[in-house]
Amino acid sequence: MNIVVCIKQVPDTTDVKIDPRTNTLIRQGVDSILNPFDSYALEEGVAIKEKLGGTVTAITMGPPQAEAILREAISMGCDEGILVSDRAFAGADTLATSYTLAKAIEKIGNVDLIICGKQAIDGDTAQVGPGIAVHMDLPQIIFIQKVREVTEEKIVCERMTEYGYDVVEGQLPIMLTVVKDINQPRLPSLRGKMAAKKAEIPTWTVDDLDVEVPRLGLEGSPTWVDKVFSPPARSGGAKFEGEPEEVVEAFMKAAQENQLIQ
Amino acid sequence: MSVIKVVKDKCIGCTVCVKSCPYGAITMDDKLAVIELSQCTLCGACVKVCPVEAIELKVERKAIPGMEDYQGVWVYAEQKDGKIQSVVYELLGAGQRLAKAREAELSAVLMGKDVEKLASELFMRGADKVYIVEDDTLEHYVDEPYARILTRMVLEYKPEIVLTGATSLGRALIPRTATELGTGLTADCTGLEIDSESGHLLQTRPAFGGNIMATIRCENYRPQMATVRHKVMTEAEVDESCTTGEIVKVAITADDLASRTKVLEVIQEATQAVNIVEADIIVAGGRGLKTPENFNMLHELADVLGAAIGASRAAVDAGWVDYAHQVGQTGKTIKPKVYFAVGISGAIQHLVGMSSADVIIAINKDASAPIFNVANYGLVGDLFEILPLLTKQFRKMLNK
Repeated sequence: MNIVVCIKQVPDTTDVKIDPRTNTLIRQGVDSILNPFDSYALEEGVAIKEKLGGTVTAITMGPPQAEAILREAISMGCDEGILVSDRAFAGADTLATSYTLAKAIEKIGNVDLIICGKQAIDGDTAQVGPGIAVHMDLPQIIFIQKVREVTEEKIVCERMTEYGYDVVEGQLPIMLTVVKDINQPRLPSLRGKMAAKKAEIPTWTVDDLDVEVPRLGLEGSPTWVDKVFSPPARSGGAKFEGEPEEVVEAFMKAAQENQLIQ
Repeated sequence: MSVIKVVKDKCIGCTVCVKSCPYGAITMDDKLAVIELSQCTLCGACVKVCPVEAIELKVERKAIPGMEDYQGVWVYAEQKDGKIQSVVYELLGAGQRLAKAREAELSAVLMGKDVEKLASELFMRGADKVYIVEDDTLEHYVDEPYARILTRMVLEYKPEIVLTGATSLGRALIPRTATELGTGLTADCTGLEIDSESGHLLQTRPAFGGNIMATIRCENYRPQMATVRHKVMTEAEVDESCTTGEIVKVAITADDLASRTKVLEVIQEATQAVNIVEADIIVAGGRGLKTPENFNMLHELADVLGAAIGASRAAVDAGWVDYAHQVGQTGKTIKPKVYFAVGISGAIQHLVGMSSADVIIAINKDASAPIFNVANYGLVGDLFEILPLLTKQFRKMLNK
């Protein structure tokens, strides 16, 4: 079983805000982290490999420093990491990103399972996984909360929906995206940490991939950001303190006056 | 290839761009901004904030040929078990506005088993035309046939704008369709306007966990596609005198229906309490409830109010309640009319999921908890005393 897990390094979004006075983006820290949803994708990939044998390759597209999350992936049990990095990829929207990653996964070759986190917390689009599936002409099952059964030929999953879940069966090779509920990611083992330290992480540039250059990066992106601004700020309102009876009474009075609940 | 550069003669060393970069790629060197290209993603945030236009981002963009052939607004009319989903009425409301601004037709696309009977509801909500795709095998949503058929329809009928709900179905179907078409797609929009100058669609959405809003354009490709967040747009009004319109039946072939996945079972969980994305009122609990038994106290208030149950990550990780109820960064983003935060301190990861609620009511014993900074009403005190009193009062008020 050849498994590829797509991961992304993201700014810790709690650090990124808009200055309400100047309406400009401010970043308070410089912490970059492994996208939280991707840790569940990594865990699922490693767990399936442990059951069926094979290899798990973590892949990321990003700047050179994104190598750090590939080492983190290896410490969690991935066999190798591949960094897809080139100035030509910069500024990519979800269409260009999924095209580039699909070409990189094709280069790995003979992949049975591609696993992604549900979405990245910086863009929150959830579009790159399905995009990869289409570029590679693969089926998909997204928002998986549980893998019920997986063999060399097929997989049966629970796909989370608004009303509960669907049980979906898919033929391999296939692209999957996972939600947080699917597993509990393991902590890196000592052996994993050693392997991560020693691992050689290849960097694939535009020259290593069989790509059409106009479909990459900013040029290959149909969408672009026109402007950024701050969401309407919220501030605290009425606060009720005192004995519980007084607090509830004062609140109920305000609630009724403002027809909060009818 | 695109290039970004600082024009040294113009840069005044004000450092505004340094703070604006979400990727920390700009530093100051001898009072001039320097962009570290290996970290830059060409997002353009710095270009827009520079007061002296000292940062240049050159992009070569070419419009696809035949752009002007694309006309009209399409709304994907998601249905489940023969019932139109409420987000569709919101899409039609937005669609009416956009179609009017473009002086174009508003159409709806209905796919599934025996769905033609639903067309009249769409006409009543302002659709000029309804495309029908019917087959018994399309009873449940399946990615490949749905995306394949919708792609072919777009290529044939050439709509200028395609909207779907940002639902689990919409977010599976539309990325596949947009990628097949090689066009742009903007996820989870909360604002849609037509640019009065150029006539292009301006798509506004939250990013970075809701900390910032971004307006996205897709000027050179067609159609312009977007998924739209539920409960943000205003529903189209019902016009009962208008129950008919043009129906276009789309022929499908056996090849269209080929699929490498299949739905074995559809599991419907107790709806009201689970579906926090749809709920108008949510009663949510966090660490302050201390035990699973206490967490159940929330249900009493929720029952009285007809509310759904939400939870902070702490409550979900402790196993008190299922993940489907989690609100926040790794859970769901919600926009109810009223949100009760009970024993939730208000970590930023939680706030990004719920701070667009219309009204927030917080109950917490710590008067300095961050949740009070976003709450319209803050009840300071012991929740174990306050919650039962509150439930009692609401029961009395609502005569339950």
